Amino acid sequence: MSARTRPITTTAGTRPFAFSEAALAECKALMARYPEGRSKSALIPILHIAQSENDGWLSVNAMDAVAHVMGLQHIEVYEVASFYSMFNLHPVGTYVLDVCRTAPCMLRGSDDLIAHLEKKLGVHCGETTKDGMFTLKGVECLGSCGTAPMLQCGAGYHEKLTIESADALIDALRARNQRTNYTDQ
Amino acid sequence: MSRKLLFEHIATPGIRGLEGYRANGGYRSVEKALRTMSPEAVLEEVKKSGLRGRGGAGFPTGLKWSFLAKPEGVPRYLVVNADESEPGTFKDRYLMERIPHMLIEGMITSSFAMGAHTSYIYIRGEYFCRPDHRTSDAEARAAGWLGKNILGSGFDHEIHVQVGAGAYICGEETALLESLEGKRGNPRIKPPFPAVMGLYNCPTVVNNVETIAAVVPIVNDGGEEYAKIGIGKSAGTKLISAGGNVKRPGVYEIDLGITCDEFINSDEYCGGVEGRAFKAVVPGGSSVPIIPYELFLKTATGESRLMTYESLADGGFATGTMMGSGGFYAYNDAQCIVRSTWNHARFYSHESCGQCSPCREGTGWMEKILHRLEHGEGRSEDIDLLWDVQRKIEGNTICPLGDAAAWPVASAIRHFRDEFEYHIRFPQKVKDPKHFEKEPFARNPKFATA
Ligand SMILES: Cc1cc2nc3c(=O)[nH]c(=O)nc-3n(C[C@H](O)[C@H](O)[C@H](O)COP(=O)(O)O)c2cc1C
Ligand code: SF4
Ligand code: FES
Repeated sequence: MSARTRPITTTAGTRPFAFSEAALAECKALMARYPEGRSKSALIPILHIAQSENDGWLSVNAMDAVAHVMGLQHIEVYEVASFYSMFNLHPVGTYVLDVCRTAPCMLRGSDDLIAHLEKKLGVHCGETTKDGMFTLKGVECLGSCGTAPMLQCGAGYHEKLTIESADALIDALRARNQRTNYTDQ
Repeated sequence: MSRKLLFEHIATPGIRGLEGYRANGGYRSVEKALRTMSPEAVLEEVKKSGLRGRGGAGFPTGLKWSFLAKPEGVPRYLVVNADESEPGTFKDRYLMERIPHMLIEGMITSSFAMGAHTSYIYIRGEYFCRPDHRTSDAEARAAGWLGKNILGSGFDHEIHVQVGAGAYICGEETALLESLEGKRGNPRIKPPFPAVMGLYNCPTVVNNVETIAAVVPIVNDGGEEYAKIGIGKSAGTKLISAGGNVKRPGVYEIDLGITCDEFINSDEYCGGVEGRAFKAVVPGGSSVPIIPYELFLKTATGESRLMTYESLADGGFATGTMMGSGGFYAYNDAQCIVRSTWNHARFYSHESCGQCSPCREGTGWMEKILHRLEHGEGRSEDIDLLWDVQRKIEGNTICPLGDAAAWPVASAIRHFRDEFEYHIRFPQKVKDPKHFEKEPFARNPKFATA
């Protein structure tokens, strides 16, 4: 993503953001691993950390904190954050369901899966349920086409989904009621 | 039975860990190269092997390495392309998840040949989420395979894993380098090529995961042994990830040169189609031309088509296709080519970086036109319009994503034009998204080889 740079959210970004001690140390270590003068290379990894520390999305305050830590202009951070589709620029639900919609998955039934999830959750792709539990996202090929249809949630790949197994997954996530993200092992 | 050079131990218990990997001959190529060979000798073996890049373009790997500029006092880099986002492709993930040390081993051996002391694995963000990819390099470092003076040879090497964040275009090598430098993934104008001016303006080789893994058996057994497999300029084995409507989806290591018929129909590989008939094949990721099943089995001149770079391309774009990344998927006769072409167009429109207007605007147009065709709102002039738009993209852009967006549309119209016409003639029927499920589209044979 993408030709059309996505707008960032300015209104909902008023909540303050600060990196945790541990995250700050991780950021510093990341910046140090590149050659002299090239610490900007750490921007994408650090945006991932900021996103995971900000309930799964990047507010202006979170991005400004990244700019501050890295010694970058704010715009340098915004332009990168708005380019990559894994960075959420609006608040998201406890769980982000990335459902693959690309052709190889379509051949194995992803259209039906997406239609079912939209109906079950009462949202369209790109929207969050009213209770704030789920954000449904239609995404492009996740490299799991042989086990399609599939979706990714946090670190987990959920593959060979059927309507039944997708329902069971939603129920299990609802019962757990706790976010996972890429920093979870 | 194809040989297993990369997958020999893929099912061996414990192969994911360093100990298990080592016990099954892992890191031998590093020992051999660092202890008994010069960097030039390693390069020579790779040249002799005939290995071609497995990322999509099929450029000879040894030749690419030999272009690497070597100015005094300037570092050189190896960057492994683990962005794997070409639709239909999942071989690199499979390799990295099941036998992760093989990539690291290949990177050390390859870097030794290039004189690169730092290398990066640029892995797509979605894969990096998965913890599997984050431990092997630490393990290798702890065991002394990375760091200073490896095996007492005087060669130093460090590997860093760099994460992407969801952008297909970052698989294009110069966009990848931009992204690795912390920027938007906008491809660079070439030349200069990365071998001269790559990461941080230093000479850089960008290679696919599978390419670098293949260096391991090449150095272990010698380039000549590797070159014995395959036909002509298609040497060695290739990983093919098979999906779509085949009976046995999965990742297969094939000898280049087996027949397409064997690959799609034998139980050793795809096992044929379930229940229905095959209709079309995309053999190398969504960017390569889609071809009718019959043309996949046999070339226009009636010869058996083979799984090689040359044979798949036989007939050019009129009747052939490409090996691409090995992201193979097949369509049964319940599928609608217009729907799939719309899906492909949406993908490219979503993933265009937006730098060149033919690509940025053209992909959007194609998506729009295909959307209305597929949803029963097509106009009689739409097919010609589509053809025009795709032609104006091809060849007029900074990077090959523009071409990659045009080819699936062009090939779909070329081979399945009657299906497009059907959509215009029967708008009510195609409003049902499953329009061909109950009543498969009977193709006009005239278009199969037109
Ligand atoms: C739009 C686009 C996407 C690409 N995506 C990938 C990819 O995901 N993985 C990959 O290895 N090569 C990809 N490539 C090819 C790379 O630019 C480059 O040729 C390749 O990494 C070189 O490695 P190889 O010679 O080992 O194949 C892509 C190219 C283009 C134009
Ligand atoms: S062809 Fe498309 S993706 Fe490539 S540089 Fe131009 S706009 Fe970007
Ligand atoms: S198309 Fe869905 S994972 Fe590849």
